[in-house]
Amino acid sequence: MSSTPLAIETHDVRRIYKIRGGKRKGEAKTLIALDGVSLEVPRGELFGLLGPNGAGKTTLIKILATLLLPSSGTAKVDGLDVTTQTQEVRRRISMVSGGETSGFGLLTVEENLWMFARFYGLDNKTIKSRLAEMMQMVGIYDRRSTKISDLSTGLRQKMNFIRGFISDPSVVFLDEPTLGLDVTAARDVRGFVKDWMAQNPDRTLLLTTHYMAEADELCDRLAIIDRGKTLICDTPENLKRRLQSETIFHLKIQPLRKPTSPENVVEAVPGVRSVTIADQTDFSELRLSLQGEEALPAVLSHLSGRGSGLLSLEKREPTLEDVFIQLVGRRLDEDTNLNGTGEER
Amino acid sequence: MTTLSPVRPEGERPMGFADRLLSLPFVQRSDALRSFILGAWLGWQIESNWADPLLFAVYSFARPIASVMILVVMYSVITDGATQQPIFAYIYLGNALYIIVGGVLGGISWAVIDDREHYRTAKQLYTSPLVGYAYLCGRGAARLLIGAISTIIVTVFGVLLFGIPITIGSIDLPFLIASIMLGLTSLSGLGLIIGAISFQLGRNAWQAGELISGALYLFTGALFPLDILPPVLREIGLIFPATYWLEAMRRALLGTNMIGFPTFAALDNTAIAFILLIMSVGLWVSAAFVYRWSMRQAREKGVIDLETNY
Repeated sequence: MSSTPLAIETHDVRRIYKIRGGKRKGEAKTLIALDGVSLEVPRGELFGLLGPNGAGKTTLIKILATLLLPSSGTAKVDGLDVTTQTQEVRRRISMVSGGETSGFGLLTVEENLWMFARFYGLDNKTIKSRLAEMMQMVGIYDRRSTKISDLSTGLRQKMNFIRGFISDPSVVFLDEPTLGLDVTAARDVRGFVKDWMAQNPDRTLLLTTHYMAEADELCDRLAIIDRGKTLICDTPENLKRRLQSETIFHLKIQPLRKPTSPENVVEAVPGVRSVTIADQTDFSELRLSLQGEEALPAVLSHLSGRGSGLLSLEKREPTLEDVFIQLVGRRLDEDTNLNGTGEER
Repeated sequence: MTTLSPVRPEGERPMGFADRLLSLPFVQRSDALRSFILGAWLGWQIESNWADPLLFAVYSFARPIASVMILVVMYSVITDGATQQPIFAYIYLGNALYIIVGGVLGGISWAVIDDREHYRTAKQLYTSPLVGYAYLCGRGAARLLIGAISTIIVTVFGVLLFGIPITIGSIDLPFLIASIMLGLTSLSGLGLIIGAISFQLGRNAWQAGELISGALYLFTGALFPLDILPPVLREIGLIFPATYWLEAMRRALLGTNMIGFPTFAALDNTAIAFILLIMSVGLWVSAAFVYRWSMRQAREKGVIDLETNY
């Protein structure tokens, strides 16, 4: 292993995709997926990348995992340049993506894991002991002789996890690892990650997720990334502390009517710092960030004036989602604009 | 409810032989050798697909025999059943051997598309320290083996049923071994070039190997001697190793029973082997450059793990 204290280091990484079908013939259309990302992740850290779909998380992981070249800037893993020292980087890393339905379906779990362990040059004795230990750890030991094509999504993801960790990599990239998993399987996966980090304090793990609670539970430090840019990078506690001066309320209200004028919106109510609204079938959910509790009556009055009665109200401690909304101006599951429709509320 | 496949009993793991090879000290030290053996092991699991022996038998035995029978029937109709003529052995053997050419040229590009589109494992494979060209050659080797089995079956079938004049006495064993080694080396070099370029192609990548081997079928003397072609088209055939390999294999197997044609009359066995050697070196040097270039391009464009869902 390298003696460098940094496991991951990126400096001003940009990635631009050329897209077919420009407006005019011969004109290349481009998409900026990463726009000058600089990160430093020390060895032994579980680092999270948090951002909505299309933020650039997977692009950054693909660059670090040697699948993609940056358009400019430098990226290093374990002190090795991912562009020029590809094979050396690959010896030290592994990558597990969530929602993968991939796999050589005709192989058994054991055969598939054996093959990947052999790619990393592990000897038979090591493979046998690690396989038995890890399969028991994630609860698929009794399925070791089952063909991959016969595994459920959750079991397949557990197998993929073992594939990612069996080589004892210095740096592991987990790209949305619990995507598509049921609650129990997701909890098992998170438990495995925590145990592995506890047992291997000199190893580094980079996790991308758009599940705020997952990032909060697992990460030592995280960066919020949006539209290819890093907005902030700190510990979850410090990020939430930024919002200590704010009061967060979650309201469930009757469906909100459209405002009568552009000024007649919730944001215009005195004391409101930010608001996001998610419309459900029979009600709307509001997440309010206020300067203080004293601003709440004015908000309720405003809502009442727009014909929307209060169904429930809850005061909450700031979460990472609140931090995200403050920084990005929208919820993580929204695409663009305030409510995902471009419509002001 | 999910139906599970039968659990394979302990100790009957199919990786047993590969496992022993991989445990050899010099193999453990070499990324390339490990990648080749694992690629070949995986390719064999996929290609042989022992889960359905009937399908495997049909694919390996019945299909090549059926395809060569079409040719035999056509030949018999045109020549009024003159299968004892030396030209029949020339054509029959050319077709039997061309199964291997198709397997080697198409096998590697097929592996690229198979990993990327069918199994969707390219991301897992190409972030591990496998040596890509060695792994792909291993995958191609499995296809070559299936092709070789088919070729042997078709050839034995021809000797027994149609009197193709291959005898112990007619076989030039040293030249046969040299021809097989040089031919397969040069063809796999060409196959690797096609496979490497397949990384740049999207949904049409699976056709690349078949397109090229199909096109070469007309120009390499598999179906008819090059002498029949117009001089310009004959020159096309002369730049491909398959042309010389087919000539070498016919000479090695048929000996004096082989019919000669003017195109290769001036070349003795040594000259043909030398040409194959030069081509092998040239194609492997080119393959190394093309592979490196193509992988760099694939990383540049982000298409190593491209999934088009074609």
